Amino acid sequence: MKPLIQATIAIIIVCALLLFAANRLETAGSQGSKDTITVYNWGEYIDPSLIDQFTEETGIQVIYETFDSNEAMMTKVEQGGSAYDVAVPSEYMVQMMIEKDLLIPLDHSKIPNLKNIDPYFLDLAFDPKNKYSIPYFWGTVGIVYNPNLIDDHLTFTTWEDLWDPSLKDKVFLVDGAREVMGMGLNSLGESLNSKDDELLKKATDKLITLSPNIKAIIGDEITPLMINNEAAVALTWSGQAADMMWENEELDFAVPKEGSNLWFDNFVIPKTAANIDGAHAFINFMLDAEISAQNNDYVGYSTPNAAAMALMDPEVIEDERFYPGEDLRDKLEVYENLGLKWLGKYNEYFLKFKMSIR
Amino acid sequence: MKKLSAASKIYLIIVFIILYAPIFYLIFYSFNSGGSMNNFESFTLEHYKAVFEDSRLIVILINTVIVALLSGLISTIIGTLGAIGIVSIKDAKMRNILLSLNNVLIVSPDVVIGASFLILFTMIGVKLGFTSVLVSHIAFSIPIVVLMVLPKLLEMNKSLIDAARDLGATKRDVLTRVILPYIQPGIFAGFFLALTYSLDDFAVTFFVTGNGFSTLSVEIYSMARTGISLTINALSGLIFLITVLVVIGYYFVANRAKRVSEEVQR
Amino acid sequence: MTNRVSKGSLFPYCLWILLFVIAPIALIVYYSLLDLEGKFTLSNYQSFFSPAYIKMTFTSFWYAFLITFFTLVISYPTAYLLTKTKHKHLWLMLIIIPSWINLLLKTYAFIGIFGLYGPINAVVEVFGIEPKQILFTDFSFIFVSVYIFIPFMIIPIFNSLDKLNPTLIYAARDLGASSFTTFRRVVFPLTIDGVKSGIQVTFIPALSLFMITRLIAGNQVITLGTAIEQQFLVSQNWGMGSTIAVFLIIIMIIIMLVTGQRKGGRA
Repeated sequence: MKPLIQATIAIIIVCALLLFAANRLETAGSQGSKDTITVYNWGEYIDPSLIDQFTEETGIQVIYETFDSNEAMMTKVEQGGSAYDVAVPSEYMVQMMIEKDLLIPLDHSKIPNLKNIDPYFLDLAFDPKNKYSIPYFWGTVGIVYNPNLIDDHLTFTTWEDLWDPSLKDKVFLVDGAREVMGMGLNSLGESLNSKDDELLKKATDKLITLSPNIKAIIGDEITPLMINNEAAVALTWSGQAADMMWENEELDFAVPKEGSNLWFDNFVIPKTAANIDGAHAFINFMLDAEISAQNNDYVGYSTPNAAAMALMDPEVIEDERFYPGEDLRDKLEVYENLGLKWLGKYNEYFLKFKMSIR
Repeated sequence: MKKLSAASKIYLIIVFIILYAPIFYLIFYSFNSGGSMNNFESFTLEHYKAVFEDSRLIVILINTVIVALLSGLISTIIGTLGAIGIVSIKDAKMRNILLSLNNVLIVSPDVVIGASFLILFTMIGVKLGFTSVLVSHIAFSIPIVVLMVLPKLLEMNKSLIDAARDLGATKRDVLTRVILPYIQPGIFAGFFLALTYSLDDFAVTFFVTGNGFSTLSVEIYSMARTGISLTINALSGLIFLITVLVVIGYYFVANRAKRVSEEVQR
Repeated sequence: MTNRVSKGSLFPYCLWILLFVIAPIALIVYYSLLDLEGKFTLSNYQSFFSPAYIKMTFTSFWYAFLITFFTLVISYPTAYLLTKTKHKHLWLMLIIIPSWINLLLKTYAFIGIFGLYGPINAVVEVFGIEPKQILFTDFSFIFVSVYIFIPFMIIPIFNSLDKLNPTLIYAARDLGASSFTTFRRVVFPLTIDGVKSGIQVTFIPALSLFMITRLIAGNQVITLGTAIEQQFLVSQNWGMGSTIAVFLIIIMIIIMLVTGQRKGGRA
């Protein structure tokens, strides 16, 4: 009995001490200010020094919370119980959140820096007139590959290159129904937003013929594998490809000419917001040319901020792999919200494909 | 007691090497001046410096430890009492039903637990944050405690309790002087594994947290998309080192105290 | 008299069962009866009996069985030998500590260790064997899963071995039993409760493993846990996800009732 009581007391004392320490640290950080906003973003998706700078300039404290998937984030916003002032969902999720009435319309007069954004990225189908959202970063889906590990003639200017017999057991796919099914549809020359059962079946059959080439279907772990030369070819998002290429200079990235996906991560103000003015101030701050340029430098994804691009290293913004030219841009499609029924179908076919690998 | 044979020693050494291999791998790369867990470039301590400069990360770490310790403690108390209660039930069917219910949370994937707890908390109107996370961690740690305490209770000799009662022990005495000391290893096992459950959990915590409260797991998982920084490796290395030192230190201090008290009794 | 103590001790536990087991089960069952538009339906249950899900159920079972088997085979001798060491409780603690480091980080470390340029292949190369991709194979998947569950298996077995009365073993030996017979007839039966406990805390969660199926097995192993995860977080079909969860719970309860404890029942 004695050791049990001793252990209990020890745990309570340790907890009390830690609680005290945490409180000290938190009050030391916040300088007693009451004006706060909560930003809900992907992990490591902002330059943390900018948060401090924002607080210095405006006196608004930032509570930074992170999520790892759009759907999980939406569930949290939908259920409420916690105040999120700014969130950063992807474009199809913006559309879904608009439909579910989870967003507050933006007051453009409070975001003068909106003028910095390249008009090409404004007023898109998922959010007409940018009533609810402003793009933060954007990118494509393409193929990252290591030229030293594969045949020279493969440059992935076409999706067909993935089917090349020399790639047996060398291809990695990202674990996303939209991405993989989209690739299947694109390779047939069809839209990646198709709502046609026959076409989806055809795309799945086409994908199943790819099975012998597939090594694995994985998620974010593809990054270390590509960097380490463990994987030769991977279907992935341009942003992650940029991260990989930063670490491993052998790698190259291509978006096949048949077309691919164009995605956006966007600032929105969810219905749960408690400090709407603060949220606008934060978004406006992040859109500032200099701030945005600094942030782009840290995150390394493609930016829609034209004013920031003018301040950035020309080598970065002239890289056609991440800032594709007009002709390829025209081939890129943004994911439309398919509705749950079709989303389910896409996943069903994707599952069928996944189970065919072995 | 016989000494361990060479073969046995080698077996144990291999088991320990495997258990610690990934941890040493992590720690090795925490000294990498390159940005990731591959291609060791050169030695640096910058990631350790970064840990101490990031007060947000330290607060998150402290939160994680508090939640783990408190949820471990409370779930151990509830789980131990529950196990004692379950064993005392005479009806075998009833007992098996309770045990099945006990295991529901172990078999359910975290998303299901997380989502249903989130709905539960918002229905009741609990503000998401420290309390909701702590309560959830207690909830999903209880079954493991029960499963750790149960075998010890079943092993316990029934005549031991009867003898104690015949000698005029009160019900309280039976609990504190007979049952608890006997099942103590099970209780500690339950507590330590509850810590494991709590420290490892991502999905449940993600769903039930809010208002700025975060734990290390949530931070680490949400970094996956853009790459986990080596700061996290450095932090894990520090946690590991401190834990090992505390455990070894505590073990020897406790052992010495035990020997001293034994000598005094003599 | 103790009976009443014990019944009273059940109160907080039963409260927990009510709030955090019964209520969530009720929610899950409720959701499993809803289709995408939120209307009542039994179609989710119908779709569970499709070849894809049946196959997944068997895959889950098979791998959970393999994982439990190998975990037991490795853990029992470890626990046995640990009880014979000098600082046995310290060593036991050192078995638990690795499980306190974040699982995702450890899995990333395994990706590095198993990689083509990782330490294992480096060692293999010294012996003149071609480096091989160990990741995304059954071996790596089971290895990492066993790694995760080892502490959960060792501890209960250690606890039941630890208090084993050595005189029993000596007695058996004196009566002429070989060490194997002693083990089979005396030691093992006395530790059966610990083993059972270890099997439960390994097999049951192994049924619903999900993260490692992607990270280490590259989705070549698809279990019910993965499917639930996908339904909740990707398809956002909570109805179907809940249905699979209901089946998982039913399967678990059947296992519990079949292997259930018949002894006990202390007054």
